[in-house]
Amino acid sequence: MNNIPKSCEVAIIGSGPAGLSTAIALKKQGIKDVWVIERFGDAGGNPRHCGHSPFGMREFKRVYFGPKYAKQLVKTALKQGVKIALNTTVVSIEKGGLLTLSTEEGVKTLNAKSVVLSTGIREKPRSVRLISGQRPLGIMTAGALQSMVYLSENKPFERPVIIGSELVSFSSVATCRHASIKPVAMIEENARPTAWAFLSLYPRLQGVKFLNKTRLVEIIGKKRVEAVRVETASGQLETIQCDGVIFTGQFTPEASLARLGHLDIDTLSNGPLVDQFGRCSDTRFFASGNVLRPVETAAWCWQEGIDTAQHIVSSLNQTLDVNEKNIKIATRSPVIKFCVPQRLSYTQDIKKVDLQIRLTRKAKGLLGLYAKNIKICEKRISGLPERRIIMTISVDEMKLIFSSKENLELRFEGS
Amino acid sequence: MKIQETSSNYDVIIVGAGIVGCAMARRFTLEGASVLVLEKSTDILDGASKGNSAILHTGFDAPPNSVEHGCIVEGYQEYIQIRAKLNLPLLETGALVTAWTHAEENLLEGILAKAQLNGVVDAKLLSAKQTLLLEPELSSQVKAAIHVPREFVIDPWTAPTVYMLQAIKNGAKLLRNAEVKSGEFNGDYWLLKTTRGSVKCSTVINCAGLYGDKLDALLLNKTSFEIRPRKGQFLVYDKAASRLIKSIILPVPNDITKGVVVCRTAFGNVLVGPTAEEQQSRDDASVTRDALNALKAKGIEIIPALANLPITATYAGIRPATQFKDYCIERFDDKNYISVGGIRSTGLTGALGIAQYVFKMYSSASKKHQPLGSPLYPSVIPIAESEKRDWKQKGNEGIVCHCEWVTQREIKKALTGVMPAGSLEGLKRRTRVTMGRCQGFYCSAQLSQLTEGYFKEPIAKPVKGGVNE
Ligand SMILES: Cc1cc2nc3c(=O)[nH]c(=O)nc-3n(C[C@H](O)[C@H](O)[C@H](O)COP(=O)(O)OP(=O)(O)OC[C@H]3O[C@@H](n4cnc5c(N)ncnc54)[C@H](O)[C@@H]3O)c2cc1C
Ligand SMILES: Cc1cc2nc3c(=O)[nH]c(=O)nc-3n(C[C@H](O)[C@H](O)[C@H](O)COP(=O)(O)OP(=O)(O)OC[C@H]3O[C@@H](n4cnc5c(N)ncnc54)[C@H](O)[C@@H]3O)c2cc1C
Repeated sequence: MNNIPKSCEVAIIGSGPAGLSTAIALKKQGIKDVWVIERFGDAGGNPRHCGHSPFGMREFKRVYFGPKYAKQLVKTALKQGVKIALNTTVVSIEKGGLLTLSTEEGVKTLNAKSVVLSTGIREKPRSVRLISGQRPLGIMTAGALQSMVYLSENKPFERPVIIGSELVSFSSVATCRHASIKPVAMIEENARPTAWAFLSLYPRLQGVKFLNKTRLVEIIGKKRVEAVRVETASGQLETIQCDGVIFTGQFTPEASLARLGHLDIDTLSNGPLVDQFGRCSDTRFFASGNVLRPVETAAWCWQEGIDTAQHIVSSLNQTLDVNEKNIKIATRSPVIKFCVPQRLSYTQDIKKVDLQIRLTRKAKGLLGLYAKNIKICEKRISGLPERRIIMTISVDEMKLIFSSKENLELRFEGS
Repeated sequence: MKIQETSSNYDVIIVGAGIVGCAMARRFTLEGASVLVLEKSTDILDGASKGNSAILHTGFDAPPNSVEHGCIVEGYQEYIQIRAKLNLPLLETGALVTAWTHAEENLLEGILAKAQLNGVVDAKLLSAKQTLLLEPELSSQVKAAIHVPREFVIDPWTAPTVYMLQAIKNGAKLLRNAEVKSGEFNGDYWLLKTTRGSVKCSTVINCAGLYGDKLDALLLNKTSFEIRPRKGQFLVYDKAASRLIKSIILPVPNDITKGVVVCRTAFGNVLVGPTAEEQQSRDDASVTRDALNALKAKGIEIIPALANLPITATYAGIRPATQFKDYCIERFDDKNYISVGGIRSTGLTGALGIAQYVFKMYSSASKKHQPLGSPLYPSVIPIAESEKRDWKQKGNEGIVCHCEWVTQREIKKALTGVMPAGSLEGLKRRTRVTMGRCQGFYCSAQLSQLTEGYFKEPIAKPVKGGVNE
C-alpha cells in the first residue's frame, strides 16, 4: 500500500475525519489520484483513541465510540478507492506542491497539483503554560493519556489531578475510569466549567472533586509527581497530594508544516491563514479540519472536508478564481479569540460565507463586521469561551464587500 | 547488582559523569590509563550538565590568564579538531554582544580590549546600522554591538555522551547508580566504598560538579571551595523561530552573569535564557512562572517577532558556582587526589581543555602511561538538525516522536548497547524524544511500550486486566 508515486493529483496530509472525508468526496467527484499521507501506523486520526461516544451521528446516522468510528471512516475511504500511505510523515512542504516524506525506507518526495493540510490539533502541554516546578514523571496531556490507555493499555499514574474543564477534560475522566485511575480533583481557574455547566456534575458523580476558581501554581516532585500547589479563590495556597497531572484542552492547531514551510499563519487561530474556500496563502494548498482552528467535533471536521473537496475540484477545473487580490479580515478586539477564514477571495459566483468565531472570555454584546467605518453585518452574542459562534455574511453583504474593495475589521461592542 | 572490584586496581577513578567527568574519562583513557567512572545517578549528565546554553565559547570575555581561559581555548581547539571524527555538529553562528543603553555602549570598548587580550583578534565593533544589517529581526533599539565571529553553538548532550562512549570503547568502565559513600587512602591506593560495592585505584579525580565540595570533605576531610548553586532557567521557542536570527545575541555581561542570551540550538530551536538565581538546593532545577514570564518579555524586547511564535519547552540548569571566579582545580600530592571543582558556566566548552590540563597535572607526578596508538571511535546516530538524521535513512523503523522526528531504531539503539539510557530523561538527552512542541501528546503511548522494562522509574505500568470498555 505504501507504493507512493512521484506525483499525484491531490495529496492529503493527515487521515483524521477531515482528511478522509476530503479524500472520499474527491473520489466521489471523479478525481482519480487521491493520496492520504498518515504518519501513524493506522488511519483515522484522533478518534482512534477516543474510547467514548458520541461520534458518527452526522456521517453514519448512528452513534459510535471513537475507535469504531475511525475504522468506519477508513473502510469507507478504502472502498471509494482512496489510497492511504501509513507510517509516512510529511516533513516539509514547498511551493509548487512538493512534499518531502520520511518513510521506513528513507526520504521520498511527492508532487501534487493540490495539497490539503488536515493535520488536526494537539493540546497545550505544561511547558507552554509556564507552570512552575521540576520535571517529574506523570505529567501529560489528555490526548497522550488517552492514547496510552487505549492504544497501549498502559497507565502512567493512579491519582492524578485534571487541569481544565473543557469537554476533553471530562472525556479524560472517562479515560481514567477505563483504566481504574482515580483522579483526585478537576481544577478550573474560572467560576464555571468551560464545557456546558451541567457537566460539572459528571466528574462529581465519578468521585472527582471539582475545584473552581482555583489555579495551578506549581508541580511538586523530582522523580514522580508528589503533589500540586494551587491558589484558591481566596488567594490561599493549598497543596493537593497526587501522583500525576493531566493538562487538558487549550488546543492548538498542529500547523508546524505550514509554519516551517512557506504558508502564512494566523497568529490568533495559530492555524494556516485561509480564504472562504479553505485556500492557504499559496493557493495550491488547502486546509480543513481542526488544523484551521481549535477545536471542533469530528462531524464538523467531516463536513469541512466535504466542502473543501468541492473547492479543490473547482480549483483543479480552474473554475475557482486564482485572483491573488483579496480582502483581509482583521480582528483586534481582545474579546475575540479568532475568526476563520481570515480573508475573502474575489469570485464570480458569489456565495454566503460563514465566519467561525471564538471568544476569549464570557461576553455579551454585538459583533460587527466593518469595511472602513461602514457596518456590513452584525451578530448579537452572549457566550462563553470555546463555544462555537457562526456569523454568516449573506450573498448581498458579500457583494457589498467586493464592490467596496476595503479590508474588513471584526469588532466587538459590549461587556 | 553489587560488585567487588577490589581485585582490579584502576589507575584512576573519576567520580562524576557530568560533562567534565566524561571528557576526563576520554582523555585519561586515550593517554593509556585504566579508568573507572563512578556516577551516582541512573544516567550520565544528570547534574549541572543537564541544562545549559550549548555555546562553544572562544573565551573572549573570560578573565585573562585564568585557568578557565586556558581551558576554554584548549577545549575549543580540541573540539574543532575531533568533531568530524566523532560526528559532532557545529553551528557556525558567531555572536553579537549587544548594547541597549548608552552606558552599555560605553562598556563595549573595554570588552573589545579584553577580547584582543584573550587572543580573539577577529572581534569587531559594529554600529547600530551594521548590527541590524547582520540581524534584521533584532530590535531597532540596539545601540551598537561587538561581533565575535567564532563564538558557536554545539550539541550539549551528544558531545559529552560521545566522549564517554569513546572512553568506554577504548577500555574505560562506567558504573552508574554508584554513589561514593566513603574512601580511604593508604599511601599507595584508594579504596572507595560506593552504593554498588568497593573499588580500588591509585588516583581519585573529583568531577562531582554540584557536589564537588562535599566529595572533597568526604574523602579529604577538607575542601578549598564551597559550591554556591546558581540556577539558570530557559525558554525554548518553536523551530520556526530559528529563521529570525543567525548569531548568538549576548548582552553586555556584568560581574555575576553573562546575562540573558538569545540563540539558536543545534536542534533548530531558539533559546532565551538563562536567569542567574542563587539557591541552597543543588538539585532543585525548578522553573518558576515569574522568571519564565520575565524571560519571555526579555526575548521579545530583543527580537520583537518572538511575540508571535509558540514556546516549545522550558527548563533549568544549575551552575556549580563557588566563592571564586576561576575554576578550582587542585592536586593533593600526599593523597593522589585531584579536585576539579567550580566548573561554573563554561564547562561544556572547557571540558576537553580541563581534561588536558588535569592530565598534565597528573602525569607530572604519577606513573607514565603509554598513549593509545590508534584509538577507536564510537558510532552514534547524530541528533543535530545539520547532521545525517536517522529519519532520512533506510530501515529507520518509522518515526515515533513526530515533532523531533525520532525514529524507532534510534530509540531502540539508545535503550541498548554499552551505555543504555537509564531513565526517560537519559533517553531524551540521547534522542530528543518528547522534547518537541507537543511534549509527548503524540508519542507517549508508543514510548511507554518501547521502554517497558528498561527504566527503574517506568513511564507507565500496564493496566491490570486490560482496559474496560
Ligand atoms: C481527547 C479528545 C476527545 C475528543 N472527543 C470527541 C467526541 O467525543 N466527539 C467528537 O465529535 N469529537 C471529539 N474530539 C474531536 C475530534 O477528535 C476531532 O474533531 C477530529 O479528530 C478532528 O479531525 P481532523 O481530521 O481535523 O484531525 P485529527 O483527527 O487530529 O487527524 C489528524 C491526522 O493528521 C496526521 N498528521 C499530522 N501531521 C502529519 C504529518 N506531518 N504527516 C502525516 N500525517 C500527519 C495525524 O497523525 C492525525 O492522524 C475529541 C478530541 C480529543 C483530543
Ligand atoms: C544555565 C547554564 C548555562 C550554561 N551555559 C554554558 C554554555 O553555553 N557553554 C558552556 O561551555 N558551558 C555552559 N554551562 C556550564 C556547563 O554546563 C557546566 O560547567 C558543566 O555542566 C559542569 O559539569 P560538571 O561535570 O562539572 O558537573 P555535573 O554535571 O554536576 O557532574 C557531576 C556528576 O557527579 C555526580 N556525583 C556527585 N557526587 C557524587 C558521588 N558522591 N558519587 C558519584 N557521583 C557523584 C553527579 O551525579 C553528577 O552527574 C552552563 C551551565 C548552566 C547551569
